[in-house]
Amino acid sequence: MRRTFVVLVVALFGLVFASLVIAHNERQSLRPLAESYVELVPEELGAPNVITGILLTYRAFDTLGEVAVLFMVAAGVGLVLGASDQQSRRSPRKVSGSSSRPSSEIVQSGAQILVPLISIFAAYIIMNGHRSAGGGFQGGAVIASGVLLLVLASTRYRVNLEFLSITESAAGVLFVLTGIAGLIFAGGFLDNRMLPLGQFGAFFSAGAIPILSVLLGVKVGCELSVIIDRFRA
Amino acid sequence: MSNVVLATGLVLILIGLWGMLTHRNILRIIIAFSLIGTGTHIVIVAIGYVTNGTAPILDRALTLSEAPSRAVDPIPSALVVTAIVIGLAVTAVMLAYAIRLYESKKTLSIDAFTESKW
Repeated sequence: MRRTFVVLVVALFGLVFASLVIAHNERQSLRPLAESYVELVPEELGAPNVITGILLTYRAFDTLGEVAVLFMVAAGVGLVLGASDQQSRRSPRKVSGSSSRPSSEIVQSGAQILVPLISIFAAYIIMNGHRSAGGGFQGGAVIASGVLLLVLASTRYRVNLEFLSITESAAGVLFVLTGIAGLIFAGGFLDNRMLPLGQFGAFFSAGAIPILSVLLGVKVGCELSVIIDRFRA
Repeated sequence: MSNVVLATGLVLILIGLWGMLTHRNILRIIIAFSLIGTGTHIVIVAIGYVTNGTAPILDRALTLSEAPSRAVDPIPSALVVTAIVIGLAVTAVMLAYAIRLYESKKTLSIDAFTESKW
């Protein structure tokens, strides 16, 4: 009975989706909004990567809200997993004892080699967000993957939560201050033209976008690291 | 070409839906939820594709003058970056609740949690 109901629901959704696929015809040209974005981002903002231009200037307010959501999740996960944590989750582990056995040689050596490389790669992704594929969110996620590798490799490794929360708050405050600076020196909140646009495609170009990208990367990296640390048994 | 990608995303959504409705383990339900999310991202990106388009990043391969005719729609890509981050946030909260639920009943089967059943 139950199974037939599930099959029926999935089949009906499948029908709807199939009609979507059949009716879908690929666009031959850009929509007017997309076309103006593709033209305006390089001309007005001086950023070769159109998507970064949209994320960090035209829709930067949205990005700010999203970082706030991430912060809220880090706090919420801490709230759900914290507090009575000490009694209920730590004590059974002490009884069994062997549940926190050290990770294998391969993971430990791999972490030692990979973590510096991951950090450099994250810095590269964050700093090149306005020139090629990359940006703050992606780089922040790569930083957090390095932290995850460290946590996996060593049971003794403790994430410094105080340092992370201070760095994260500082990055957030600076992000908002940069936005307010855009309000004063340029056209509006988080407008990147408060700084000179520079030469198109150069490392220091596209106004405030690289600065916003770095702040975003640091903030996202810290928040994801905190979330990872909360899940440590 | 984008039809294939669109179909893949929609099939992923169907698999996730099926997994959510048939499995009783909370972790499997969370995995199915993530599958639905991933399928949705693929669908959004597929909708933004323009025939013979390339990534909207200007460089030697894509000059400023030919960008409006050869770039794909940048808006779905920007939205998907947003959606991936929110998806991660939702998954993290769900996993945290799963840990708490396991602590209260010592099982991850959703059949054990009958308090909120009507």
